[in-house]
Amino acid sequence: MILGDPYAVYVTAAYGATAAILGWLLWSSLAASARARRELDEMERGRER
Amino acid sequence: MSMWRYANPAEFMRLTERLLAPLWVAAGVVMGVGLAWALFGTPEDYKQGSTVKILFIHVPAAMLAINTYAVMAVASAIGIVRRHHVSFLVAKAAAPVGAAFTAIALVTGAVWGQPMWGTWWVWDARLTSVLVMFFFYLGYIALWETIDEPEKAADLSGVLCLVGVIFAFLSRYAVNFWSTLHQPASLSLAEGQRVDDVFRTPLYLMIVGFYLFFVAILLVRARTEIRLRRVRALRLHGAVA
Repeated sequence: MILGDPYAVYVTAAYGATAAILGWLLWSSLAASARARRELDEMERGRER
Repeated sequence: MSMWRYANPAEFMRLTERLLAPLWVAAGVVMGVGLAWALFGTPEDYKQGSTVKILFIHVPAAMLAINTYAVMAVASAIGIVRRHHVSFLVAKAAAPVGAAFTAIALVTGAVWGQPMWGTWWVWDARLTSVLVMFFFYLGYIALWETIDEPEKAADLSGVLCLVGVIFAFLSRYAVNFWSTLHQPASLSLAEGQRVDDVFRTPLYLMIVGFYLFFVAILLVRARTEIRLRRVRALRLHGAVA
């Protein structure tokens, strides 16, 4: 698909951009989720004490 | 059993906790198989060459760009009418996801357009309405961020979302109303198939995979918003006490 294909750069750019955007979305969502979970756990532990 | 019980944050968290793992697995498997099939199991198009492979990401992303906005609009309308906080939070959680899919549709469309149309961009009805919808996504996210009071932010951003529905509608149907450089919809129940059989199955797989990914990430983000709302409530309670 790649060697000698005049369009390879376009296909690679499209898939690369998609992977980057979905990767960022996934990473930022999971990081925010972990932060919110930690924060809530700390608040609830603080209330119990 | 009423579906409205899932408007209760505790019920929503309980249900989604059980759904998340199977959703991630299904999304990974379906997208993996779809991607492998699309890249290595389909031929090059006789006219478009290998750029036809952009179809497998462009079409699912464009569908989700529009349908995520529909999800936001329905959730915002329910929130405004029935005052369910979870609805507003689902709409808020969906916005960055929809913006990301719209960005993918715009970028992959431009990258596909350059070799096939001879230009990265034209101001035709389809492309312009998708771009305006992208700005509505950004405006919606910005509005939530700039207003401190969550109730007020939910109401105002909900109204903004409903105003933007016209551009989501135009993004979908502009190609039917006007003559555009962008071709008509690739998949249409009303007008039959325009995609050859050899490309259709991997395309369907990628669409299903993208939708599973969308649902999984939407649930993760909605659960985050509910937790943050709870943290805020506890902080306020602590400040009062």
